[in-house]
This record gives sequence, structure tokens and C-alpha cells, in this order.
Amino acid sequence: MPDFDPLFFAEVLVGGLLAGVMYSLVAIGFVLIYKTSRVLNFAQGSMVLLAALTFVSLLERGVPFWASLLLALAAMVLLGLAIERTVLRPLVNKPPITLFMATLGLSYVIEGVAQLVWGTQVHGLDLGIDDKPFEVGGILISKFDLVAAGIAAAMVALLTGFFRYTRIGLAFRAAADDQFAAFAVGLRLTRIWATAWVAAGVVALVAGLLWGARLGVQFSLSFVVLKALPVLVLGGFDSIIGAIVGGLIIGAGEKLSEVYIGPFFGGGIESWFAYVIALVFLLVRPAGLFGQQLVESA
Amino acid sequence: MKTIKLIPTLGRRFALSAALAVTISGTTFQTKAADEQFFPLQSYRVGPYAAGGTGFFGGFIDYLNLINIRDGGVNGVKLTWAEGETQYEVERGVEVYERLKNHPGIAAWNPLSVGIAYAMIDRITQDKTPLITINHGRTDSTDGRVFPYVFPLLLNPYSETSAIINYIGTKLGGLDQLKGKKLVVLYHGSPYGKETIPIYELLAQKYGFTVQQIEVPHPGNEQESQWLTIRRAKPEYVVLRGWGVMNPVAIKTAQKVGFPADHIVGNVWSNSEEDVTPAGEAAKGYVAITTQASGAQYPVLQEIVKTVYGAGKGNLEDKNRIGSVYHNLGIVNGILNVEAVRTAQEKFGHRTLTGDEVRWGFEHLKLDPARVEALGAKDLFHSINVTWDNHEGDGYVTFQRWDGKKWNVVSDWIAPDWALLRPIIEKSATAYATEHNIQLRTAAEAERVDTKPYVANK
Amino acid sequence: MNASASRFPRWLSPVALLAVAYGVLPLVGSSYLFEAILTPFLALSLAAVGLNLLTGYAGQVSLGSAAFMAVGAFAAYNFNLRVHGLPLLASLVLAGLVATALGVVFGLPSLRLRGFYLAVSTLAAQFFVEWALTKFSWFSNNNPSGVIDAPSLRIFGFSFDSSIGRYLFALTIVVVLTGLAQRLVDTQTGHNFIAVRDNELAAKVIGVPVLRTKLLAFAISSFIIGVAGALWAFAYLRTVEPAGFNLDRSFQIVFIIIIGGLASIRGAFFGAALLAVFPLILSRVGSYLLGDRFDSGVLDMSQRLVLGSLIIFFLIAEPDGLVALWDRLKRRLLPMPNNP
Repeated sequence: MPDFDPLFFAEVLVGGLLAGVMYSLVAIGFVLIYKTSRVLNFAQGSMVLLAALTFVSLLERGVPFWASLLLALAAMVLLGLAIERTVLRPLVNKPPITLFMATLGLSYVIEGVAQLVWGTQVHGLDLGIDDKPFEVGGILISKFDLVAAGIAAAMVALLTGFFRYTRIGLAFRAAADDQFAAFAVGLRLTRIWATAWVAAGVVALVAGLLWGARLGVQFSLSFVVLKALPVLVLGGFDSIIGAIVGGLIIGAGEKLSEVYIGPFFGGGIESWFAYVIALVFLLVRPAGLFGQQLVESA
Repeated sequence: MKTIKLIPTLGRRFALSAALAVTISGTTFQTKAADEQFFPLQSYRVGPYAAGGTGFFGGFIDYLNLINIRDGGVNGVKLTWAEGETQYEVERGVEVYERLKNHPGIAAWNPLSVGIAYAMIDRITQDKTPLITINHGRTDSTDGRVFPYVFPLLLNPYSETSAIINYIGTKLGGLDQLKGKKLVVLYHGSPYGKETIPIYELLAQKYGFTVQQIEVPHPGNEQESQWLTIRRAKPEYVVLRGWGVMNPVAIKTAQKVGFPADHIVGNVWSNSEEDVTPAGEAAKGYVAITTQASGAQYPVLQEIVKTVYGAGKGNLEDKNRIGSVYHNLGIVNGILNVEAVRTAQEKFGHRTLTGDEVRWGFEHLKLDPARVEALGAKDLFHSINVTWDNHEGDGYVTFQRWDGKKWNVVSDWIAPDWALLRPIIEKSATAYATEHNIQLRTAAEAERVDTKPYVANK
Repeated sequence: MNASASRFPRWLSPVALLAVAYGVLPLVGSSYLFEAILTPFLALSLAAVGLNLLTGYAGQVSLGSAAFMAVGAFAAYNFNLRVHGLPLLASLVLAGLVATALGVVFGLPSLRLRGFYLAVSTLAAQFFVEWALTKFSWFSNNNPSGVIDAPSLRIFGFSFDSSIGRYLFALTIVVVLTGLAQRLVDTQTGHNFIAVRDNELAAKVIGVPVLRTKLLAFAISSFIIGVAGALWAFAYLRTVEPAGFNLDRSFQIVFIIIIGGLASIRGAFFGAALLAVFPLILSRVGSYLLGDRFDSGVLDMSQRLVLGSLIIFFLIAEPDGLVALWDRLKRRLLPMPNNP
């Protein structure tokens, strides 16, 4: 084993933190929906795929950048509304696991539609952000990752502010807390859910663009959801701050373990280590770091 | 072919006319059935590897169409095919096999998938139909004594490794320059990825370099830690043994950590346009091995464009992909399959062949550079020389560099170190034979061919 | 569960089914039917029965069932390979026990976690097992490709190596284990499962040993799923690589029990039938209707779409699954003598 190199450690750490931010981007989409309707939306991954595919396909057909962005946005808005109408409303009051299964089915539907319409080819996505690294104090940092972190920070600030300080945000939280009570008080649940899904769609678009620029836009993009799940578990399903903190912990933990512990196992432990980290945390705090403690249902 | 037995004069006339009648009806019947040779295709056009699948099977079908349209088939025998979507999944490959295996006149199976190929080995050996695993597959299936019906044509994983080392040697100024240098192999976390680890060790010992194997867990969306480790190790070259999305992510992450793209050498499944395009600018200068050069300028490609696409029967939806790496691989695969059929027909007759006859054809498939040129494929691929106990055929490789828009050949045709690899292959194959109670085949047995069509038992 | 009385004795339909499965099908079925439809259907059904015990009856959500199938398959292979003279059936049982041990280990979090959190922790099992089986080549007998070949099926000197033989082999094992599972459901343990699922706190109050029940659920279900995995490898595919037991497979089994009907042994079979057979039917119908105009890729994406829609449709229209649908249909077609 080579000597411990503090500079390299710092590099891996920073890289991990920034990678974690990318996970958080996807996790935030989950949180939005869970916060308002207690549904774990497994289809978030395929929404990311659909958003990215729509954007990149329009771009390739010659539609200018901002128009493509707006059109993709519109598509996600329509999708959100459609989902609320056709899937969520009929399943109101069903146990959460049923809704989760429905989102599994939904993910299949969205993946199928996305690739039927836009095809199954791989697309490159150039957002104009150069990924050449630059050094800060001997540590390599990627420009792209910083931009992604910045965007994520902006989004978190916006959403946290929204939920805490606006009336609609309060309404969201009320709907999540107790559907019947919220309904009794006069909140339009369907509108709230629709808004939540639309917001998740927007988040999916942002995540899709950034991940697509990183990986290329193709089918395995929807697998990012598998990385987001441990983040959610760690941070709590209904906390946006949790999504960020969870992402940072998972990202850093994953990378550091791969580099320092991995060689003992022959490498490749990244695929499950995140889940193990999340599991360990869970055994200490079963509702995640920032999640609300689940009340035992009668 | 039909001998008229000599019989006593009394019945002769009768016999003659009867024989004539039978011959005529027999020929008519035979002409109908002899018309076709069938290629079942366990193709994949969706799923994570769709790009490769659409290219490869597109090229294969394009070449079959060319033979049908331009030549009227192989000596009059028309080529037919049917596709079954597998999504690259093993059990769907098996399902397609079960569905199509009773079709008359199967020439060979061409699944382009390691998993599906493995699942089929027992089945096709029983059917006596060849299984072609071009550029991939079980390395030890090169040994035809143990695997009579499996053909890893052109390049098996060990040969590929040897060729890459030979190339790196030439870049450094000679194989002796490898001594003391450091290499990293970044491999996909799957059996395919791990397959060549022992050979790298062997070659490292032989030439005196050190090799570090680093794994990327499937599917390879995240490679931060691996590339930071590489950056720290400062190797001379990184060999990319990737698959699917792992490839563009590797190239992009390399750029992120500042590792130069022109010191990354990609293997045969990291060498296509689909692997580098998503990486954008980062992939400029990246080099990859290939058994078939890219481009649409070769005579056979030109003919396909004119004859097949001209008639509206081209298989690729996006005409820009004509001449791409996977498309050309499909075309080369088509050439090899068709020439095997042709070779077998010279021996057994211009008719529908049985699987065992096609197997014989593959085992006598010899295309030297002159013949390759006659086929319109000069510079597309080099040559092949399959024998009954060498099912790989000693394929040559070349290396291409990506310039941001297309691949350019940057090396001569390089030969892997077959002599070094053969003993290892034989050892592994005989171990398999012992484990499965298989008798090693002899040359004489290889010449025995089943000319009766195989009927799958119910 | 089917609580209504029927004019026919309860044992009639299972016996009739078995008669058809053992007596009629082998005579009329083609090898395609056995190889590509029935044998995988049997293996998947068994896995679904196992998962149903855990998730449907005991309420513990697990998304890692494919990992236990993989454990069963690789364990059976290794026992068969390394212990000379071990009969095939013994290998299967031992493989099931290995899966059980692993199931208990990965079931431990269920003592602290619930619902989605438990589901996500089962994913840890899924990814860890996939990684371990690929990484340590000992599991695949140091085969350079990591793919194992199934051994030939010989029991008491009889060879089951033909397509009919493999089908009968799988059928018998499935029948035996399903029968046992059905019996289990009717015992106290089975009732404990349901109690823990419906209201864990109340169950604890009335004296149900919750911890033990949960672990027992994991144990038994993992045994069955492990044997199902061994069947999948030995009887159906004849070859196994870890990638064949990936997350998609786990989801497939979850879909089966949802569509078939949670908390219903029969449901596993209904669901497996739909999921195993439906894609094949759809692709035939699709290519018949649309023909060469669309390639197999389009067909396949449509399949995805239709399957996903079917799942959503079932969840909305018939949340108790195909079993409930079937029972309703039966009641309509065969009215009870006492009911109008």
C-alpha cells in the first residue's frame, strides 16, 4: 500500500463530494414527490431519461438551445399533469407500496415511450461547459462538477425557501402530513400533487441535462435512480436538506472506500458500498438523518 | 449424382422412365428446397447495447441482401434470415433459439453476445450447427478439438490482449522498451472484463512491465475514484476494456483528471463511434483496436450502398452509420459466413447445406489477402485462416484513432503472438474436456460430416 | 384468500391441474413449449411463491429476490461439483439452506426498518451478491468467463436431461414446495405472518413473537427462492452468469406477485403465467399486425410500454390481483346453488 498522501486524499474527497451533489440532484426529485404525496417515485429515473432525450433530440434536429429547453420543459409539465390524472388520482388512499409499484410500472411506460419516440441511439450532449480540470492548491477540481454543484445549490435554496416561506409550500407540507385534514381545510389536493409532479419533472430535466452531459444521453441514464436511493435513505425521504447532505456523505464515502478499502477486495465495491453505508446509518436512525420519524399507524 | 442401376433388359425401359420421372420430380422438389440457406438472428435493437446491435445486424443483413440481389444468392442458393429480439438477455436469446431451431437449412448462429453464446454451446453442439462468436466468446473455444461447433472468428480475447501489447510496444519503439514501464487495465466488472487478467500477467512477466488491473462496477456510470487512482499511478498507457456506457464515461473522466486521451488504448468492444461520440471533445486522440477498418470507401461498401440501399433494402435507418465500426463488423461477419457456405458448397454441392456441412465449410475457410481483395474488402480486413483445430483463424488487427469526427487507421496490420497463446488455450480447453467428459477430436473425425439434415427431437 | 364455498370439493382443481401437467402436456406439448414457456414459468412461479410468503403474507418488502435466486443457483452448482457423490436433490436442498442463511442475515435489518427503508436495504443484498459472485471466481470454479454450465440431471439413475425431463423435474419440485407453502400458510406460523403484516404493534401485544416471525419469514422465503434459482439455472437456462440475476429480475418477481395477487399462493402462478407468456404473445401478435414495417426494437419498446400500463391498470382496477379477478369470474359463471 502506498503511503498516505494527504493531497490525494483531499482530491478523492473533493471529487466524491462533488459526485455526491450530482446524486442529490436526482434525489431532490424524489423528495419533492414524497414530501407532498408520500409516494416513492421510482419513475424519476425514466423521467430524467425522457427529459434528456427530448432536449437532445430537439437540439439535434436544429431547434435552438433555449427553445429546446423550453419545449422539453413543456413536455415534462405535460407529463406531470398526465401522471397525476391517470395514475395518482385513481390510486388515492391506496397503501404506499401500491403506489410505489405503480411508479415502477410507470417507469416502464415512460422508458418505452421515450425510446419509441426518440429512438434508442446514444447521443452526446454538450452544454458548453468545458470539463478540463484546474488545480487549486495541488488538488484537481473539475469545472463541470463545480457548475453542477452551483446549480444544485441554487435549486436547493429555491426549493427550501419555497417550502418554508410560501403558502403553496405550506400547503404541500400539509398535504403530506395528513391528506384528510388538508382536504378538510380546503386544500386542493389534486392541484398540489400535479404541481409536485411538474416540479419533479423540472428537476428531472436539470438532472437529465447535467448527467447527460456527463454520460451521454442513453438508456442507462435511468440507472442513476439506483444511486439516488441510498442518498434518500440516508437523508430521509422527505427532506431536501437531507438529500444534499446524504448525497455528500454517500458520494464522499463511496469514492474514499473505493480508493482505500477497495483494493483489499479487489476493487469494484462501489456498486454496493453506498447501500451498506445507508444501511448502517439506518440502523442507528431508522428514518434517515433528517427525515420525519414515522408514526406507528394504528 | 443419380446413378441409374444397370438391370436386366426386361425391366430396363421401365426402370429408366421411372428413374427419369423420379429424377425430374426429385430435382423439382430439390430445387424448391435447395433454394435457401437460413440465418437465424438473435439480434438486439433495444436495450443498453442497441447501438452495437443495430449496427452489427444491420451490416450482416446488408451483406446477405447484397449477395442475394447482386449474385442471386450463393451459387443460386438464396440466403434467408429471421430476427428475434433478445435485448442482449440470455434467456431471450435461448427463447429465440428454441423458436427458430427447427427451421430448415440453418447455416449458423451469430448472436454477438457472450452470455447467449455460452448458453447455446451445449445446444448447438447437439444440433451440429456452428455458433459464430466473432471477436469475442470463450477463448478456449479456439481449440477445435474440444469445441467442434464454436468459432471465435478473427480474434479471441487472448489474441486481442497480445495485439494491444504489441501495439504499445511499437509506440514505445520496440517490445524491449516495455521493460520497467507501467500499464493499467481498466476493466468492466463482469466475467468479460476479467477474462484477460491472466494473460496480462503472463505478458507482463515476459516483457518486464507492471500491470495494474482496476475494476469499474457495471454499468460504469461513475469512474471518479478509478481515474484518480490511475492519475496517481501515472501509467504509460491505460487499456480500456469496456462495454456500453462505461466507455464514454471513461474517456470523459480521463479528461477530468487530466489523463491524455492518446495514451488510452481501447479494446474491441470500446472501439466504435457510439463509444466515443458522447464523450465529445474529450475523445480526440483516443486509439482503439479493430479487426475491420472503418469507412465506406471499400469496394464492397460501395456496392452495398449502390445495390442494396439503392433498392431501398438497406437495413440501417441512419445512413450516416454506413461504414461505422459495428456496421463494418456486421459486413465482415457476413463475408465470413457466406464464404464458409460457399466453401462447403464446393465440396457438398450447390444446395441447402446441413449445419455439419457448414461447420466443415468454416473449418476450411481460408481467405488470403488476394481473395479478400477479390471480395472487395481490401484494407477492410486482412485475412483469415481457419482450420479444424484453430477456430479463431489467425485474424490480424489494426488500430484507429478518433479525430473527433471519424476513425483513421494509424497502424499496419498487427499479428498477435499466437504461438505464445496456443498452449494456454489448449490447457484450458482440455480441462473443460475432462470436466465434461469430452473426447478430443482428431483431424480425421473433423472430416466426417453429417450430410443428413438434423431433425430436432421433441 | 378464497373464502367462498364451492360446489366442487377443494381438492378437485389442483388434482385436475396436476393431471394435465403430468399426463396431458408431455404427450402433446412441443419442445418449444417446454423449453421456452413452461420451465421458466415454473421456476419463476416458485420464486414468486417464496417472495409472496415474505412480502404478501408477512408484509416485509424485498427487492432483492434475484440475489437469492443467484445464491441458490451458484450454491447448488458448487455443492454438486465439489462434493463427490452428492445426489442432485441433496445439492438442491443444501443450496436452499445456504440461501436461507443469507436470507436471515439480510433479513436482520427488518427488525429495525420498515416499508421503503427495508425495501432499499434489500437492494443492498441484491448488489452485494451480484458483486461477490462476479468478483470471487471460486464460485464459478475459476472459469475465466465466470459463466457456469449446469450439470446433467440424474436422479436415482434416471436421466432428466431432455426437454420433457427437465420440465417434469422442475414441475415436481415446484409442486412439492408449493404444497408445503400452502400448508404453512394455514398453520400458526402463517397466521403469525399475517398478524405481523397487518399490525405489528398489536401482534406484539397479543403475544406473537415478532422478531422470530420476521426472521422465519425471511428464512423460509429465501429457501424457496434459492431452490427456484437453482431450477432456473439447472432446468431452464443450463448456464448461469451473475448478470442474469440482476435488479430487473428482482423487479420481475415483485411484479408477478403484485399482478398475481399478494398473499395468495395461487397468485404466484397467475402472475408468472402473465409475465412469462405475455411478452411472447405480444411479440407474435405485434409482428403479425405490423410485420416488417417496424423492427424488433420498436416491438420491444411497445412491449415495455404495454407491460408497464398493464401493471398500472391492475393496480388501479384490480389491486388484489389476477386471483381476485379469477375468483370473481368463477363466481359469475358458476353461481352458487344458494345464491340468486
